[in-house]
Amino acid sequence: MAKELKLMKGNEAFAEAAIRAGSDAYFGYPITPQSEVIEYLMAERPYDRTGMVVLQAESEVAAINMVYGAAASGKHCLTSSSSPGISLKQEGISYIAGAELPCVILNVVRGGPGLGTIQPSQADYFQATKGGGHGDYRLIVLAPASVQEMADFVKEGYELAFKYRTPVMILSDGVIGQMMEKVMMFEQMPRISDAEIAEKYPWATIGKPKSRERNIITSLALKSDEMERHNIHLQAKYKTIEEAEVRVERIRCDDAEYAFVAYGSSARICQKAIEIARAKGIKVGLMRPITLFPFPKKEVELMTQKVKGILSVEMSAGQMVEDVKLAVNGRVPVEHFGRFGGNIPTPDEIVKALEEKIIGG
Amino acid sequence: MAKVKGAIVIDKEACKGCEVCLAACPTNVISMASEVNGKGYNFAYPELKEECTGCANCAIVCPDGVITVYRAKVEA
Amino acid sequence: MVFEDIIKTENLVYKKTSFMTDNTLSYCPGCGHGTAHRITMEVLEELGLAENTIGIAPVGCSVLAYDFMNIDMQQAAHGRAPAVATGVKRCWPDKTVFTYQGDGDLAAIGTAETIHACNRGENITIIFINNGIYGMTGGQMAPTTLPGMRSSTSPYGRDVETMGNPLRITELVAQLPGVSFVSRQAVHTPRNVRKAKKAIKTAFELQTQKKGTTFVEIVSNCNSGWKMTPVQSNQWMEENMFPFYPLGDIKVPEK
Repeated sequence: MAKELKLMKGNEAFAEAAIRAGSDAYFGYPITPQSEVIEYLMAERPYDRTGMVVLQAESEVAAINMVYGAAASGKHCLTSSSSPGISLKQEGISYIAGAELPCVILNVVRGGPGLGTIQPSQADYFQATKGGGHGDYRLIVLAPASVQEMADFVKEGYELAFKYRTPVMILSDGVIGQMMEKVMMFEQMPRISDAEIAEKYPWATIGKPKSRERNIITSLALKSDEMERHNIHLQAKYKTIEEAEVRVERIRCDDAEYAFVAYGSSARICQKAIEIARAKGIKVGLMRPITLFPFPKKEVELMTQKVKGILSVEMSAGQMVEDVKLAVNGRVPVEHFGRFGGNIPTPDEIVKALEEKIIGG
Repeated sequence: MAKVKGAIVIDKEACKGCEVCLAACPTNVISMASEVNGKGYNFAYPELKEECTGCANCAIVCPDGVITVYRAKVEA
Repeated sequence: MVFEDIIKTENLVYKKTSFMTDNTLSYCPGCGHGTAHRITMEVLEELGLAENTIGIAPVGCSVLAYDFMNIDMQQAAHGRAPAVATGVKRCWPDKTVFTYQGDGDLAAIGTAETIHACNRGENITIIFINNGIYGMTGGQMAPTTLPGMRSSTSPYGRDVETMGNPLRITELVAQLPGVSFVSRQAVHTPRNVRKAKKAIKTAFELQTQKKGTTFVEIVSNCNSGWKMTPVQSNQWMEENMFPFYPLGDIKVPEK
């Protein structure tokens, strides 16, 4: 299908992009507020369009392990869920990271903890960026702030996942997943052929010909020295990712005396807050991390040369603010403002928080 | 008249001395050595070699796959 | 002709398949895992499928199955092998895919994955080793531990009143329409090994014919866990396990 402009929900844009990015398979389990992903895929019959597999699993646990199997055999595959479902997937994500498999995982975050609420939230920052499951590992975390990015990050997610053989999480939220916006949908990309998999991914378990040794996909190393070596290798990979893959967007930062740091929906709301604040004469800008891991440490640090204070705006009780503080390292005041439990901050609330916590603080 | 005779080779270093092959042998060819292998196991060995028919029962039940079986027709 | 003269390549009748590696098996002496591994690889070799097979190893004693099976393999999280196999098979429908799982993996933590893969009729083969105990972690009670049977977590014997009954998951799986072939076998005698191998062969043949899930249980021993010699454990298995887990085909495809 050709490039085309569409009006879509974020979840639908992700699903359509999944087909167009040449995915071989999607394995998922319904959970609000992201069920449109699998609903859209089932309605679109991608197995007719491109040969892509779509399967509703018996649980999030099964779905992520299906991803493990498909990814281990060199296929482009993805899954999606929302917070409680991502918690269930964490075991499998740890295995995928440990076994160094590429895949894309969408988390349309809702309020927690526990069953929480189906309303939007950004309280999964920790479980997305700090590992989430057991062991020392990281995911590459992309944070879309528009329906357009819900689509584009599928393609970019695959590129990063295969470049580094590591799982990529698209950390969205209920706002971005549910809202409708225009999106320029990229044109259909071909699915990778079996022959290309054998050639490009020599590690893939697709059946052992006589010409090579058997391939083994595992995260197990019973000998502690071997496991330590594997961990050192993983850490080196994450360091490379931190050096090469940081992405940020800066909005009205040039003359800014104060800055918001916010991602996803919060970053959108902050743009309105900037207008309100600037109308009052407060020169504030926004730094929007697009990658949450790698976190834009240097970029935030650099910002402290220009601004007098930073407000981390999140729909959580304060998670990303810890990374902002680490990057700022005491150079300027850093505060957190958030609404949470499914509530969304208003631009006015954000400006008020800036005035009270940073400017007046 | 032709008669079938067998022979087995047991990799004594790979043998774990479980004795499952002893029970499987219909002609009681196999015994356990009184000495031990490098792993410290009393290993199996073909003691009554003349009795071996090459039926491969021992090899089939050997969990560690350490037995190789040969069989030939010999003139009586 | 003397014994030594017979040992010639042209007289070879049985040799470990090259689809088993030369690595020393990590299993205890007399453990049925080794035999089950070998006959699985023999079948794949004989059917000409081995080079297009992806095996899924579980968590448990056979977690290292990939060290011994000389084919492409993946290691799955505890109990998740049928889901992992589903992922592979859906993407590679013409490859042969099997899981190799123990009773704790398949019938406790992985019950949902087992039942649902079977119920969807995933075109995979499941090799299920049932020795009524968690071997690797040191002999704890399994879902298949017999009533009254001692284990490290049922040291006075499994009390079904408080610990529940052993699960005949194989009979349960046989109920599901997605499953075409279910058989329960053993590998402790030559006769049993031959029958088990035949069942495994049928299972893989049906997979190549895309007949849905095929499932072979192998009732096996755990002499270390049961605290017996290998030969004693095989006898104990015949006397105690087989009455509760009777051997034979449980479900065969309609002709």
